[in-house]
Amino acid sequence: MLLGPSGCGKTTLLKMINRIYEPTSGTIEIDGLDITSIDAPELRRQIGYVIQQTGLFPHMKVGANVAVVPKLLHWDNARTDERVRELLDLVGLPPDDYVNRYPTQLSGGEQQRVGLARALAASPPTMLMDEPFGALDAITRTRLQDELRRIHRRISQTVLFVTHDIEEAVSLADRIVVMREGSIVQVGTPLQIVSEPANDFVSDLVGAQDVLRRFSLMPARAAMEPLPEHVNGMPAVDADSFLREALGVLVESGAPYLLVTEQDGTAVGSLSMNAIQRAASPSGNQADHVS
Amino acid sequence: MYLDYFLENLDVVGELTIEHIRISILALAIALPLALALGIIAVLLRPIRQPIMWIVGALYTIPSLAMIAFLIPSQGLGLRPTLILLVLYAQVFLVRNIVTGMIGVDRAVLEAAQGVGMTPVQVLVKVWLPMALPVILAGVRITLTTTIGLAVLGGWVAAGGLGELLFTGIGTNNPSRVMAGVIAIVILALAADLLLRGIETLTPVARARRAGSKR
Repeated sequence: MLLGPSGCGKTTLLKMINRIYEPTSGTIEIDGLDITSIDAPELRRQIGYVIQQTGLFPHMKVGANVAVVPKLLHWDNARTDERVRELLDLVGLPPDDYVNRYPTQLSGGEQQRVGLARALAASPPTMLMDEPFGALDAITRTRLQDELRRIHRRISQTVLFVTHDIEEAVSLADRIVVMREGSIVQVGTPLQIVSEPANDFVSDLVGAQDVLRRFSLMPARAAMEPLPEHVNGMPAVDADSFLREALGVLVESGAPYLLVTEQDGTAVGSLSMNAIQRAASPSGNQADHVS
Repeated sequence: MYLDYFLENLDVVGELTIEHIRISILALAIALPLALALGIIAVLLRPIRQPIMWIVGALYTIPSLAMIAFLIPSQGLGLRPTLILLVLYAQVFLVRNIVTGMIGVDRAVLEAAQGVGMTPVQVLVKVWLPMALPVILAGVRITLTTTIGLAVLGGWVAAGGLGELLFTGIGTNNPSRVMAGVIAIVILALAADLLLRGIETLTPVARARRAGSKR
């Protein structure tokens, strides 16, 4: 996940990877292979590419849009058709309803789903996504982020995702690369970035000074304590839900602590006001971090 | 009456009309590839875009009668000077619309085409030109109607076509004959216009637009 303000070079970096821009110096390797050793169009067919305003071909129907890369790779029609239907299913668009529509007949969210399907068509090992959900309304964006997470779990590829939206970065990323004015400022997991920002810039970007903000980015799992002896009757929160939500539940219920549960319902820890407070103080975390 | 010649000589008018169509289509068939080449060069090579537009625009301002008279010494009479004139005059609307149409295509879509792995030629053929097609076809329509009009000059240099009716009619002081030529040319031009308007509605972009408005 490449995160940074406008003009920091994240899109430029992304476009160098599929050689829409060529670097003036240095080399880029994918799996140890210098990308300039592959013919540019050839390379791009092996890299899925999703951009903000979908970039769908308006003169082609949905089916043809998704089939673009398989066609370039000379797949036969039967295989292509099957793949198109499979992908539309995957992105939540029933093929029978959608293959013969034009992009103009779709909502922004549906268009972006088609864009995603098109990028996934030839099962590229690498995907580049340039603010794919940037132009969508908040509800659609959240839904598509959830879908992307689900799809990513099913077909795990390397996804390089550009965004300036910290919430999006934290909720989707395994690793975040924070960029500023063309250079990388910090690389880390979402939690590291939020709880141990490398400098004031990162701290400002992620709003790390704001406790509630930090809570809205830290999973309950990160602050939980071992399970106490007696656990009956306490309210429960999901281990992957954020501390902000847990705090709300704690305050509202007036309970001394919460149970932290995995998705299958088993309790794995507890969360008291003290524990949340400790998570709030950055001292323990940041002491060894000099910027 | 003025319509006498037209009604009594439908076979002659028909024959000349077919000849006229042949000259016009032949001119368009030569002009279009040339204009495509010029238009694409003009779009891709920014510095010479304006000079190309000026040249094709300037050509069009030369009076057609002067142009054909100018061509006769070197090209002789017949089909050759006629076709050269028609091809030159066709460039202005063709090149202009090709350039306008191509420039009007959304950059993001072209970059997406590049991004999915199309070669430059594939981008041009599969995305760029198809998306510019409605504007290009509008240029073809205007060009074809003006070509049908200009092709009467063929009658003056013995290339045949409906111009023969006009020039022999004028020469023999036979307004009915001139009228027959005029009627045929007008019908022909209107028919060409209608036909191309019909073709324009069949382009992928037009289909997509219709589908979008029916949403």
